[in-house]
Amino acid sequence: MATEAAVDVRNLTAMFRRREGDMAAVNGATFSLARGEVMTILGESGSGKSVTLKAMMGLLPDYASITGEVRVAGRDILKLPPAALAKARGGELSMIFQEPMAALDPVYTIGEQIAETIVKHEGITYASAMQRALALLERVAIPSAARRLKNYPHEMSGGMRQRAMIALALACNPTVLLADEPTTALDVTVQIQILLLLRELQQELGMSVIFVTHDVGVAAEISDRIAVMYAGRFVETGTVREIMRHPKHPYSKGLLNSTVLGGLRGRRLETIPGSPPSLSALPRGCAFSPRCAQADVRCLTTQPDETVLGPGTIVRCFHANTAMAEAI
Amino acid sequence: MSQFQAIGSIGVPSPPPIVAIPASPGYWRSVWGRLQRDPVTVAVGILLLTIFFVTAFAPLVATQDPTTGSVIGRLQPIGSAGHWLGTDETGRDMWARLAYGGRLSLLTGVAPVTISLLIGGILGITAGYAGGLVGTLIMRTMDVFYAFPSILLAIAICGMLGSGLFNSVLALALVFIPPMVRISETVTSQCRHLDFVEAARASGTTTSQIIRHHMLANVLGPILVYATSLISLSIILSAGLSFLGLGVTPPAAEWGLMLNSLRQSIYVQPYVAALPGLMIFVTSMCFNLTADGLRSAMDVRLAH
Repeated sequence: MATEAAVDVRNLTAMFRRREGDMAAVNGATFSLARGEVMTILGESGSGKSVTLKAMMGLLPDYASITGEVRVAGRDILKLPPAALAKARGGELSMIFQEPMAALDPVYTIGEQIAETIVKHEGITYASAMQRALALLERVAIPSAARRLKNYPHEMSGGMRQRAMIALALACNPTVLLADEPTTALDVTVQIQILLLLRELQQELGMSVIFVTHDVGVAAEISDRIAVMYAGRFVETGTVREIMRHPKHPYSKGLLNSTVLGGLRGRRLETIPGSPPSLSALPRGCAFSPRCAQADVRCLTTQPDETVLGPGTIVRCFHANTAMAEAI
Repeated sequence: MSQFQAIGSIGVPSPPPIVAIPASPGYWRSVWGRLQRDPVTVAVGILLLTIFFVTAFAPLVATQDPTTGSVIGRLQPIGSAGHWLGTDETGRDMWARLAYGGRLSLLTGVAPVTISLLIGGILGITAGYAGGLVGTLIMRTMDVFYAFPSILLAIAICGMLGSGLFNSVLALALVFIPPMVRISETVTSQCRHLDFVEAARASGTTTSQIIRHHMLANVLGPILVYATSLISLSIILSAGLSFLGLGVTPPAAEWGLMLNSLRQSIYVQPYVAALPGLMIFVTSMCFNLTADGLRSAMDVRLAH
């Protein structure tokens, strides 16, 4: 390959060991992301999308066993010793969270929190770190940044807090940014501002972004590629255009049909019948089969393998070929 | 915006624009600032300081000896010549005894709490942060101590160790450790599961930095407030121990002990007999109100 991938995830599996039995929240996720590319992991709550991000950061608790490889800049994050891992987190690999109120420490000001991270990673003086923090707040378009630097998280609005969170995540120029539903907790008008800001920053800084959301509209807005996740597995990956126009997996279709975006005026919004399976008691065959209209005997008994349709385009369904025929 | 793009891949200008950023006041300084704006806490704080200085400089403010009595000058009323607060049942000057007695009372108030704050705080934060087996082990051990009522436990320990100042401080410290552990454990385990701890880890903070920097700042407030409120309880409990003859031994002056020995004179000189009780009450009240003021000052969310 001419250009090395910014992130290369191979067979990432996160198992939670519990008394009631093991639970595979992520089951062999494999993908790679070029520099400057934005991928969205799309899925319902409980599909394992947030766990994927946390597993990539090595943030899961001890009772979770994580296998696979997460290569960032050629190094496997999961095999780094603690000190190097701490250096990588917030350095080349950074993360923004869903709830900025909860993710910022309530007893320190925004400025202190950003400066602390910079000092920790780059060892520069606190005063110059503070200057950097100011520049960062200006960069994420927080009005009267110098004053906001001295604000506590509770003194800011939701959108402003998320901007501050983004500034914190970008403090040390990460090459890969993981965003865990960063717009879900915000109201719609603020959501779009934050999305636009993220896209602008991503293009300017040439970051690779892995964006997790359950919102098809948000996914379409921000990403180059989409990975649809169901019950801990990627059921379909492809470019935004492919997935939005010609979804191949019945689940992707259902997801698109059940959003206002996909449902045209005068058409009934369709829902996917049933609910996602419990991760500790997955069906024997395809995890989606109990809810799938196309499911047959084969789907109920065997787990479909990935069908590679092109570079970065896979689908995990026995009926994908017939579905493709229909689409064409 | 152009200055940012000029620097290439990083979004931050390398020669930072010289903007005067006033030094951040820091958490503790802003707590101090808020404390100063709270009239009740200021008043109570001044009163506490007064009590502290009077007892600390007792030989200067009280000229008479707190342990020499006079058989003819017993139980003088408040306002009598030479003894403006009267005399006790052996004719010792009440003002001198109250001033000197405050030393021991404040000591038995503050020392056990400080000891239990250190030991209990460390144990509780460890239990709360580590959780699992370590946490269970620490907390269940504390539950054993919880089975006894605090005053009974203090009496039992004092009874075993024998009376005396040191032993009563030790006994009270042991009594206060379990509640201190429980409070610290509760606030720590609540705080530990908040997102910002994970966010801090995601931005490259090591576990020891998280404990020192994030956990302590978030947890110390509630623990300190609880400790302050324990001081008043400690003064009262130690007064109780002295009252029962298990704490400070006569003829040393201590408020609880004085209250005990003046008990028989309550019908002769009720006001004089009430003085040590009044001092215990006022001091405890002051500590409680300080704790209250501290609680609101330390919570940044209530800052406005």
